[in-house]
Amino acid sequence: MTSPHLVWLLAGVATILIVASIIGEVLRARLSPAGDNPVIENLNARINAWWVMVIFLALAFIAGKPGVVLLFALCSFAALREFLTLTTHNRADHWSLVACFFVILPLQYWFLAIDWYGMYSIFIPVYAFLLLPVLSSLRGSTKDFLIRVSETQWALMICVYCASFVPALLYLQIPGFEGRNVILIAYLIFVVQLSDVLQYVWGKLIGRTKVAPNLSPSKTWEGLVGGTLSATAIGTALYWMTPFSPLQAAGMCLLITLMGFFGGLVMSAIKRDRGIKDWGHLIAGHGGFLDRLDSVIFAAPIFFHVTRWLWSTT
Amino acid sequence: MIPTLRAFLARVTGQAISTFARFITAPRAIWQGVEPVPHQRVYFANHSSNGDFVLLWTALPAPLRRQTRPVAALDYWLKSPIRTFIGREVFNAVLIDRRPESRTEDPVTQMATALDQGSSLILFPEGQRNSTTDPVLPFKSGLYHLAKARPGVDLVPVWIANLNRVMPKGEVIPVPLICTLTFGAPLHLAEDEPKDAFLARATEALLALKPGAA
Repeated sequence: MTSPHLVWLLAGVATILIVASIIGEVLRARLSPAGDNPVIENLNARINAWWVMVIFLALAFIAGKPGVVLLFALCSFAALREFLTLTTHNRADHWSLVACFFVILPLQYWFLAIDWYGMYSIFIPVYAFLLLPVLSSLRGSTKDFLIRVSETQWALMICVYCASFVPALLYLQIPGFEGRNVILIAYLIFVVQLSDVLQYVWGKLIGRTKVAPNLSPSKTWEGLVGGTLSATAIGTALYWMTPFSPLQAAGMCLLITLMGFFGGLVMSAIKRDRGIKDWGHLIAGHGGFLDRLDSVIFAAPIFFHVTRWLWSTT
Repeated sequence: MIPTLRAFLARVTGQAISTFARFITAPRAIWQGVEPVPHQRVYFANHSSNGDFVLLWTALPAPLRRQTRPVAALDYWLKSPIRTFIGREVFNAVLIDRRPESRTEDPVTQMATALDQGSSLILFPEGQRNSTTDPVLPFKSGLYHLAKARPGVDLVPVWIANLNRVMPKGEVIPVPLICTLTFGAPLHLAEDEPKDAFLARATEALLALKPGAA
């Protein structure tokens, strides 16, 4: 499933990471030789985790459709585990939670793998939505019932349904773009994550005005505008590897970087409410899977549907 | 040959159980009051699920894990050949008899012997699984008697959070949720400290580690 364009993109990412690693090591040698500067240590941990994530993604791309579907199914599993750890539920929900992990999640990715669009596009919003609360109600506990079932449904929508639209990009049929759909995934993830990084960098450099001081102290208007615009500019410059014209690519990039920003904002609100800083601890320096994937999760379904409406024949 | 095979099987089983525990709970160890170093210790924890000692054992770094033995109920672990294999060979548990009328060995002596052999221990001072809404049940006196018998050893409180939600009593299939294990500062029995005062202090030290307790 590799194409020359994908190799170019991965080589570009590797170059960025090599430069970042060198800068990280130089900063460590200068400012934190004993490993006691938390900012420098966190920066290096983040860069190292990026290497691991990029390598996993590249391996999945090489393994083809099954590899990509499996990788995102595992990401969904880890994300759902983080999300449901923080939601309201009691013993009466045990079977509905078991069903989320071991029935609904595998089925969603199975429908995706067999390219049953009519099913995977409604399975969780319709079937899981209607049937899961039944499992909870059968056990008879009515305490916080609506809160419990809504939070569980929300977890499924975010961690399984929306996340599954990343691998779903592989199944679009775009005339003249056959066999290169993996580029769409690489492009989506690259632009959205680059925007995250650039928003952080711009915010650190010139950030003054906070977008939502109650939600996140690190999100500033300067970071938002600088980050989304510079990521959009870089994404537009890469239009030649996508099915889009330069203008279309710019519009798409703006759309997904904004959705990515909204994703970070909404997920921050949830974290704030539950009194935590990170969703998890498994990705060193970043936190949990949801901390890294929130923006991609929000951008993926919109990117999928807009591309499908305007370019795909299916 | 056969003993080697059994030992090999025990290691593979132990690895499989702890990999499964990781897959389900992604356990996070917070070493708040002690460092994860191979000191001899008695880890004492809250007990709300059958998976407690497996999770604590899994959360320990490998070198510590090899020298740490759980203290477990003989009546539970000798019930079937598979349980016996897991209890005796996989976890090398110190099996104690909870029924004073039928036991032939004193549990405190058994634990002290294991400490004398260089092992660390995992102990649940509540003596049984807690399925009440109280955070912990009243501690049994075993922890006090052990502290008195071996006053030099570090008693490290460990709060295991969330495991009772992963696998509530009576359920068969676990729900994957993240569990945290918070390791507190070690306790020792003070000179002339009465039993009740010591047990109250140990209970408090454990409860202080509960997330949201501060």
